[in-house]
Amino acid sequence: MLDLKGYGPALAEGAVVTIELAFFSLALSLTLGLLGASAKLSGSRVLTGVATAYTTLIRGVPDLVMMLLFYYGGQVAVNALSDYLWETREIDFFFQFDPFISGVVTIGLIFGAYMTETFRGAFLAVEKGQIEAARAYGFSTWHTFRRVMIPQMLRHALPGIGNNWQVLLKTTALVSIIGLTDMVRVAEEAAKAERMPFHFFIPVAAVYLALTAGSELFIKWLDKRANVGVVRGN
Amino acid sequence: MPDFIAEWLNQNDIFNAMTIMEYWDGLVTTVHLVFLSLVIGLVVAVPLAILRTVKNPFVSGPIWLYTYLFRGTPLLIQLYIIYYGVAQIPGIQDTFWWEIFKEPLYPALLAFTLNTAAYTTEIIRGAIISTPNGEIEAAKAYGMNWFLRMRRIILPSAARRAVQAYSNEVIFMLHASAIASVVTIVDLTGAARNIYSRFYAPFEAFIFVALCYMALTFILVFVFRKLENHLLRHQRPVNS
Repeated sequence: MLDLKGYGPALAEGAVVTIELAFFSLALSLTLGLLGASAKLSGSRVLTGVATAYTTLIRGVPDLVMMLLFYYGGQVAVNALSDYLWETREIDFFFQFDPFISGVVTIGLIFGAYMTETFRGAFLAVEKGQIEAARAYGFSTWHTFRRVMIPQMLRHALPGIGNNWQVLLKTTALVSIIGLTDMVRVAEEAAKAERMPFHFFIPVAAVYLALTAGSELFIKWLDKRANVGVVRGN
Repeated sequence: MPDFIAEWLNQNDIFNAMTIMEYWDGLVTTVHLVFLSLVIGLVVAVPLAILRTVKNPFVSGPIWLYTYLFRGTPLLIQLYIIYYGVAQIPGIQDTFWWEIFKEPLYPALLAFTLNTAAYTTEIIRGAIISTPNGEIEAAKAYGMNWFLRMRRIILPSAARRAVQAYSNEVIFMLHASAIASVVTIVDLTGAARNIYSRFYAPFEAFIFVALCYMALTFILVFVFRKLENHLLRHQRPVNS
């Protein structure tokens, strides 16, 4: 049997942290992706420009560099803001910019950019007739968006969301570098202390493998459900 | 040098000749590491991708397992396993391999190469299996054997279909190489981390390297766009 030398509970807690981190980041990235795609398709030059700058900037910078910037820079910025508020208005404001928040913000921002592209493609794949029909029924723009566009574009977006999620899950490992005690961090400490790298890293790798394999099955099932009404030609 | 740059350089202690040299060395290490792992990865991936399309499961199965394992786990863990793991192989410290692997650069190079080779294998395999059947039939009708068909028809045609996905993989690898700084390699990110801890100046240190990576990314995007245009030039509309 696998003997984890007493690190078992810590590793299990770390796995929970990894999963929490992944889910919070996914929620943020989906929100940003919807906003970004809406901005890109809004027709407004300013909004399109902002969204394009966002996706271009994110794709040029490594995730780790951005994470370090948010983690170390975020605290400096919060400290500066806190000093300023205290000196000018005597407001006592402070918060600790911890690794978990930095991780969620960074991963959310990065995958928000990828989700923007996914959603943009999916919105464009919705037939124009559907929108015209909704307008003909007197739906407002918001109503058309919510009742017609969103449900129909999700079907097209699903494979893209699935791919992004798989990459996102693996990116969470990086947050151990800025000190979050996720399972990678626990395994690293255990491996160093016990001098048994294979013994601790291979189970962690297996957990990641199980998570990606499980999500693959789940996405396949979702995809099947979402496409239930679609007749495919041969 | 224009006056305002000289003045600006005089006024700050972070971007002086010393730190700029550190960044430069980091840049060289990053480019060196990424370039070598991509080239070796590609050379390994082409035969693996061909074997992966073979019908015999004893040939394609192990390759499938390799790509599945390396694509299903984070690169950081692969790096840790190799970096911390090689020292634990019994007896390695007495062989000449130890001379190579005690430098962190080589475990990192090995991890990056294995990782990119796994992704590239799947990209090339996807391109190979989507070769239009007519092309293969035509080649057979000309009497080409398997080897000739692969060399003259399938691989060139697959290369055209793979180049776009491969350019994404190259950029992904450039960005992923930032984790080399975790195992004490002073690449671009490593240089930024050193300079950050010396001056406690996160914005200057990290925004500057972010811009460096961005410049590298845009150069790669440009080169691949040229390459793609070159490879797909026969598909351009006649009057353009």
